[in-house]
Amino acid sequence: MMRFLLLFSRQGKLRLQKWFTPMSEREKKKIIRDMTTMVLARQPRSCNFLHWKDLKVIYKRYASLYFCLAIENQENELIALEVIHRYVELLDKYFGNVCELDIIFNFEKAYFILDEFLIGGEIQETSKQMVNRSIEASDMLQEVRCAGTHSHTQHETWLASVV
Amino acid sequence: MPAVSKGDGMRGLAVFISDIRNCKSKEAEIKRINKELANIRSKFKGDKALDGYSKKKYVCKLLFIFLLGHDIDFGHMEAVNLLSSNKYTEKQIGYLFISVLVNSNSELIRLINNAIKNDLSSRNPTFMCLALHCIANVGSREMAEAFASEIPRILVAGDTMDSVKQSAALCLLRLYKTSPDLVLMGEWTSRVVHLLNDQHMGVVTAAISLITCLSQKNPDEFKTCVSLAVSRLSRIVSSASTDLQDYTYYFVPAPWLSCKLLRLLQCYPPPEDGAVKGRLVECLETILNKAQEPPKSKKVQHSNAKNAILFEAISLIIHYDSEPNLLVRACNQLGQFLQHRETNLRYLALESMCTLASSEFSHEAVKTHIETVINALKTERDVSVRQRAADLLYAMCDRSNAKQIVAEMLSYLETADYSIREEMVLKVAILAEKYAVDYSWYVDTILNLIRIAGDYVSEEVWYRVIQIVINRDDVQGYAAKTVFEALQAPACHENMVKVGGYILGEFGNLIAGDPRSSPLVQFNLLHSKFHLCSVPTRALLLSAYIKFINLFPETKATIQEVLRCDSQIRNSDVELQQRAVEYLKLSSIASTDVLATVLEEMPPFPERESSILAKLKKKKGPGAVSVPDLEDGKREGGELNGGGERGPDSAAMSASNASTPSPSADLLGMRSAAPMSAAPTSAGSLLVDVFSEAGPAAPSAAVNDDGFLRFVCKNNGVLFENQLLQIGIKSEYRQNLGRMYLFYGNKTSVQFASFTTTVSCPGELQSHILSILRLNVQTKPVEPVVEGGAQIQQVLNIECLTDFSEAPLLNIKFRYGGALQNLSLKLPVTINKFFQPTEMTSHDFFQRWKQLSQPQQEAQKIFKANHSMDTEVLKAKLLGLGTALLDDVDPNPENYVCAGVIQTKGQQVGCLLRLEPNGQAQMYRLTLRCSKDSVSLRLCELLAQQF
Repeated sequence: MMRFLLLFSRQGKLRLQKWFTPMSEREKKKIIRDMTTMVLARQPRSCNFLHWKDLKVIYKRYASLYFCLAIENQENELIALEVIHRYVELLDKYFGNVCELDIIFNFEKAYFILDEFLIGGEIQETSKQMVNRSIEASDMLQEVRCAGTHSHTQHETWLASVV
Repeated sequence: MPAVSKGDGMRGLAVFISDIRNCKSKEAEIKRINKELANIRSKFKGDKALDGYSKKKYVCKLLFIFLLGHDIDFGHMEAVNLLSSNKYTEKQIGYLFISVLVNSNSELIRLINNAIKNDLSSRNPTFMCLALHCIANVGSREMAEAFASEIPRILVAGDTMDSVKQSAALCLLRLYKTSPDLVLMGEWTSRVVHLLNDQHMGVVTAAISLITCLSQKNPDEFKTCVSLAVSRLSRIVSSASTDLQDYTYYFVPAPWLSCKLLRLLQCYPPPEDGAVKGRLVECLETILNKAQEPPKSKKVQHSNAKNAILFEAISLIIHYDSEPNLLVRACNQLGQFLQHRETNLRYLALESMCTLASSEFSHEAVKTHIETVINALKTERDVSVRQRAADLLYAMCDRSNAKQIVAEMLSYLETADYSIREEMVLKVAILAEKYAVDYSWYVDTILNLIRIAGDYVSEEVWYRVIQIVINRDDVQGYAAKTVFEALQAPACHENMVKVGGYILGEFGNLIAGDPRSSPLVQFNLLHSKFHLCSVPTRALLLSAYIKFINLFPETKATIQEVLRCDSQIRNSDVELQQRAVEYLKLSSIASTDVLATVLEEMPPFPERESSILAKLKKKKGPGAVSVPDLEDGKREGGELNGGGERGPDSAAMSASNASTPSPSADLLGMRSAAPMSAAPTSAGSLLVDVFSEAGPAAPSAAVNDDGFLRFVCKNNGVLFENQLLQIGIKSEYRQNLGRMYLFYGNKTSVQFASFTTTVSCPGELQSHILSILRLNVQTKPVEPVVEGGAQIQQVLNIECLTDFSEAPLLNIKFRYGGALQNLSLKLPVTINKFFQPTEMTSHDFFQRWKQLSQPQQEAQKIFKANHSMDTEVLKAKLLGLGTALLDDVDPNPENYVCAGVIQTKGQQVGCLLRLEPNGQAQMYRLTLRCSKDSVSLRLCELLAQQF
């Protein structure tokens, strides 16, 4: 199973944290620190896998964001790498050319999409259509519709453009 | 389309986030946050009731603040209120807040559970899913108690929507992992297995994770999943890339599900049913074939998904380890990847090959890639890849290529990354020892190791080289010569000085004939390093000096001079000062005979598992150090170590304890074994009455006594082993005292948490035997956590106060992946362990025999032979029993006669034994006569099960 998923920027700013097993706040902070330093220190074009304690850490950079997923030792690295990619695709499909700002301003949506995709560290649904259908369905249930609060500026890179 | 217009934009939240982003400094950010917190607090406390939207907005702000890394100590109640809102988005934010923050505030759990209960019974699939996600996210025990019986019902109910089934399956898995005791198997289990046949691929994908976990824990109950999984896999593998619509990922059909299916099959041995097996082999072959086909897309996602399946298939092939054909194909495939331009694939190929190397079918095939792997070690840019290459070299090493591999690893060490040096050092040390054909090579290698990477050479490594040199007299001269040469270097590592000091102190005489290394030259060389060394090394050198005085009387004056000088005899370090004073005194007053006895050469070390291996196991998960390899290492290590059954010679041991005033570096824990003979005075402080700790409470786990009987006639071995844990035992007994070392090895890659052990003595034993439980903090701090692949040690001091028949119980509890494991074992402490052998003549024997003629003093049993009746085997067993085996006593040479005295604190119990085998009938008659009747009975009982 997966143990945690972290999204952080090139500057090491945490954008999303998902823990699939219970952990104390102290442990979480330590892991976040370890992961950001470890991953940010990697040379470009290194492999996407690391060993960390008894876990495997799979990371990949999309534009300004690093996605970092820890899995248990016997799990498959390549398929985990594609878990990350599928999540990026899901975000992209929902936000339309997703960028870091979308995730900052709509962090709750990023969590909701993740919950439709993964539960308890296992994959619930791999179909992009199915996940999006459930997210759209819940959006339909909303009463209030507001205008957007930000639009993309040219400084923001779309995550999926580097996909 | 701007994304947020889809959402329910909370304007206030967006403004707040912008504000935070615009803060120029951390202080400004904190100020802004505090302002917001004050605002929210006043809103929550205000008289005016908040509407749902505002509540949602504020809760969401709190969540944002928390995720920024600030503490949140209010708002939980408002979040819980949101759960019962009938507006979806409010409910959703409420659940999100609970999922992220709840473990810090569990008193609300009842309210939360109520809300969840309502949503689960709402029959609204979206609400049900939200509730299930929340349970899965929190996964606490309270939630398991509340919902563990409800969720299986939802999962298998006929009218449950697919999306709810998916959530329910994974939610149940989560609860099963945290509280397996609360998830009861039942009628639903068989229906869960059939979800593998479900039409909806999403349902299968979710369910298979649950099924895999359940199968691991209850393989028999879920056996039927094997054939279902094979047929599902076969359908996917043979489908065209478009058949599965949205479950096809970059032209690869259902890669996640395929990997999961292959993983599930790894919980089981190869299918017995020929048809199923044939179909599976066909699948595996198809997967291997597909790897050779040209890619259907240039996208990396395509090749990743395809290769993910391939690697998983290879794992299954390795797991079965029974299809030489497939194994060799797998190995060739990995060989191709070793040179692939994708770094990821090179990395994974190296990793998978490590496991292939331990299979007898593919070991040779792996070895053919040695040059490529060595090249990877030298040229890969990425340190993680180099590390995998080093792991693989270690795994593929055998007698034929050991010299080459060790040489490559040594040369790599000179430039290796700091992060992996220590591990490399351990590996080199282990390989050098394991495959040493000549010991001079071994000594050279280790000294090179110290020279190249001295800082990374841990104590275990240099202890080990000393241990081996001491046990092998054919290498001692060479070792002395080599360290002497190594010490000539103007700058040499302190570890080299330690080894040099120790070895010259023991074996300097072997090279003293050469004027270039005369005693005085040796001494001056060592002493020239003295002032640069740390206190422990200096202490060791002082011991070497006193040994010099014994070996070479001509150095006495010089050394006494050194000892006498103020910097030694008045050294501010108490250990150094004491040694200097004592050695000086010893050398001046003791006669040469006494000196020679006290400073005698160290006796051979008892054979034991290389502590380096233990250290490596601790450092690395079992992934990198394959287990069969290690076992192998242990065996061969022992062989090198002098071999044979050389029990610890306790007399020599105590002498050596007196003679080597324990070099402060405690060589292989000899010192910790010393109090054994040193006696009860020192033991007093170590003794902890187990009863005050453990209490007489009966352990809940069934007592496992399988291992118990195997230890009546032996002291060392594996007491217990299951899939998670291995418990090894080493024990020594002297008089009425014993010491038992328990080694707990975690065989998994996952840590054991809350690891506790208690020893209790049932019933009558309570008043008789005091088992003393003490953790040996010096050598291995035993924490409540045993990391994956690691081993911890526990020492039990045992004192026999009077005779007994019940064995103490060892109870072990720990958490493994959330599941509480509880284990009770009988410790093999039996009355015969306290035997002192007694030699006596035939005449004496029969005299004693007659004296013990009261009927209750004798116990007799006639029983059928359960084991070989071979003379040597019988003799070994009787000796293992602890008694003296007396020859020429019994008029019938076929019979065996033994005598011994059982030492308890209060009294001594004399015992005589006679064993009469009848080869023809395959029967024995066993007779015991002891001065205490209960002992006769107990011994007779114990022994009757041994032959």
